[in-house]
Amino acid sequence: MTERSTESPLVVVSHLVKQFPLERGVLLRRELGFVHAVDDISLEIGHGETLGLVGESGSGKSTVARLVTRLLEPTSGHVIYDGKDISRWSRRKLRPLRRELQIVFQDPYASLNPRRTVGSIVGAPLSVQGIGTRADRARKVRELLEVVGLNAEHYNRYPHEFSGGQRQRIGIARALITTPRLIVADEPVSALDVSIQAQILNLLKDLQGEFGLTYLFIAHDLNVVRHVSDQVAVMYLGKIVELSPADELETRPIHPYTEALLSAVPVVDVRERARQRVTLRGDPPSSITPPAACRFHPRCRYATEVCRTLEPPLVNHGNGHLAACHHPLSVKSWPPPADRSVDG
Amino acid sequence: MALLEIQDLRVRFATRDGIVNAVDGISLSVDRGRTLGIVGESGSGKSVTALTVMGLTRLPNATVEGRVLLDGLDLLTLPPDELRYVRGKRIAMIFQDPLSSLHPLYKVGWQVVEAIQAHEDVSERFARRRALEAFREVGIPSAAERIDSYPHELSGGMRQRVMIAMALVLDPEILIADEPTTALDVTVQAQILDLIRDLQEAHGTAVVLITHDLGVIAETADDVAVMYAGRVAERGDLETVIDEPEHPYTWGLLRSIPARGAASTERLVPIGGSPPSLIHVPSGCAFHPRCPHAFSMCPQWEPALRDSQPGHAVACHLPIPTRREIGHALRRQGASA
Repeated sequence: MTERSTESPLVVVSHLVKQFPLERGVLLRRELGFVHAVDDISLEIGHGETLGLVGESGSGKSTVARLVTRLLEPTSGHVIYDGKDISRWSRRKLRPLRRELQIVFQDPYASLNPRRTVGSIVGAPLSVQGIGTRADRARKVRELLEVVGLNAEHYNRYPHEFSGGQRQRIGIARALITTPRLIVADEPVSALDVSIQAQILNLLKDLQGEFGLTYLFIAHDLNVVRHVSDQVAVMYLGKIVELSPADELETRPIHPYTEALLSAVPVVDVRERARQRVTLRGDPPSSITPPAACRFHPRCRYATEVCRTLEPPLVNHGNGHLAACHHPLSVKSWPPPADRSVDG
Repeated sequence: MALLEIQDLRVRFATRDGIVNAVDGISLSVDRGRTLGIVGESGSGKSVTALTVMGLTRLPNATVEGRVLLDGLDLLTLPPDELRYVRGKRIAMIFQDPLSSLHPLYKVGWQVVEAIQAHEDVSERFARRRALEAFREVGIPSAAERIDSYPHELSGGMRQRVMIAMALVLDPEILIADEPTTALDVTVQAQILDLIRDLQEAHGTAVVLITHDLGVIAETADDVAVMYAGRVAERGDLETVIDEPEHPYTWGLLRSIPARGAASTERLVPIGGSPPSLIHVPSGCAFHPRCPHAFSMCPQWEPALRDSQPGHAVACHLPIPTRREIGHALRRQGASA
């Protein structure tokens, strides 16, 4: 973990919105509405830091990943990478930047081309970018295979010859080969067995130390995210409901959704079985017609009238711990002094 | 006598690449009203065990040996029509992905009605009333409307509730749940696990819960079997296995999970290597290539599953005192973390 530096963050996301139109008909296209995948979120990731993004399916976390790497164009709002506003850049203009922004995907089976050798998969970013000679590239690939814990001799093998964990290492080698600064890892361990997950999490941490990488780490497993992150953002239906230093999230959850999420994670401790669990009722609502005001209110046990009428702003509760809730938990004085409020 | 008793079960599949030893001599039992958790990674044989109990591995390329006794009745030798009666009526199963286990073109209520009528000679009206009751019991809101929904109109959690309703509507003695919550979000997972527990209490059903998640096991099971490469590595009641694990594989699993409350600077302790191929299972103890404590005996002889104390059986060559010592040391480490 690095101290928060005074230099400007590597990634700044401000008021980011992404809506996907719902259409019907082939010739006469009619717009039926929008999926509000990401709705006005702001966050920062400092150099060499890890920001963890957790949320359930449909919370918009993967859309955030695709917006930050500009695989998608935002409907509105800004993505500022290293001081440059890249939110409207064209594909052509983005291309040189791609070597600095790399992604590791969830499914190591679907994300590696089965008909190409490991060498050509890992070296692909270099050849696409036109970096180095063929021999240079081959040397670099062999070197990186060793870095991620594989063998240089694996160069001429095919993906099907490897296990899930090894394939994920291949995916990581491919992401690292252009010496990126930011790696977006979208559920990088969810498809792996428990014993292998730990190997990959340790590898990602080691690589961060070695290459000074900045991570945007996305997962639905709160324990995994907390383990690798400096800061954790909790998403619910396209909104960030809580943003917290990783070690404070568990001891001091402020948003009721975070409380429920923490409580729902099964614990490997027999004595914990008796604990009072906060079970949420119902399913996450649709992001086509999200609930008005606070989106969590239909499932929240603390909800009152104000939650149904007024959307709570994301407010700083001290120590860089933000939450968007009218009835914050583990907070002594409320409402806070006006000057503490941000983003409202 | 236990309600369900699996004795020395072996399941092999002949494939183009060779013989797959999916289940390699396991013995387990479940009593009425108890929950047996089977935990293991992919390829450990836990699902094949469940499918074999249900008679769903009766395939041309499969060889099944051993005995599966339901109240003394051997399911493996049962003729197909009698097995069909047992399946669904006495033993029911729910699967990981409720979307692929429900027929997409039929209304969910009709599918439950069909299940009832397959086993009982009742009118459609009566069956429908039973289905509706079951929908209410599993907590499907506005059940009277949802009963006429198609699967795609329901959320993942609701679909799994429909599957549970279908499984329990005939009041089976055993419910086998194969990764029932793996495809669900964690808040919905908590709801479904609570539901299974409540229904078990109300009906006294025996539950076999198969999962890769030790956390799910710790929250729901009474007894645990840890499987590795088609064999049982460790078996016992929940508290003993979680609090005093003795098999190095169980230690490894427990240590690879990020602990609650642990600092993020702390390193995880993974198990090296990867799960073995079931075609070329390592000699002796199948876990030996990944085991930090392996010694000369391990690659040579397969360790038998032996009681290390009443109700706790472990398949490992390390002497019992050594295992206890290491197990306690790990536990202290975990507690201080």
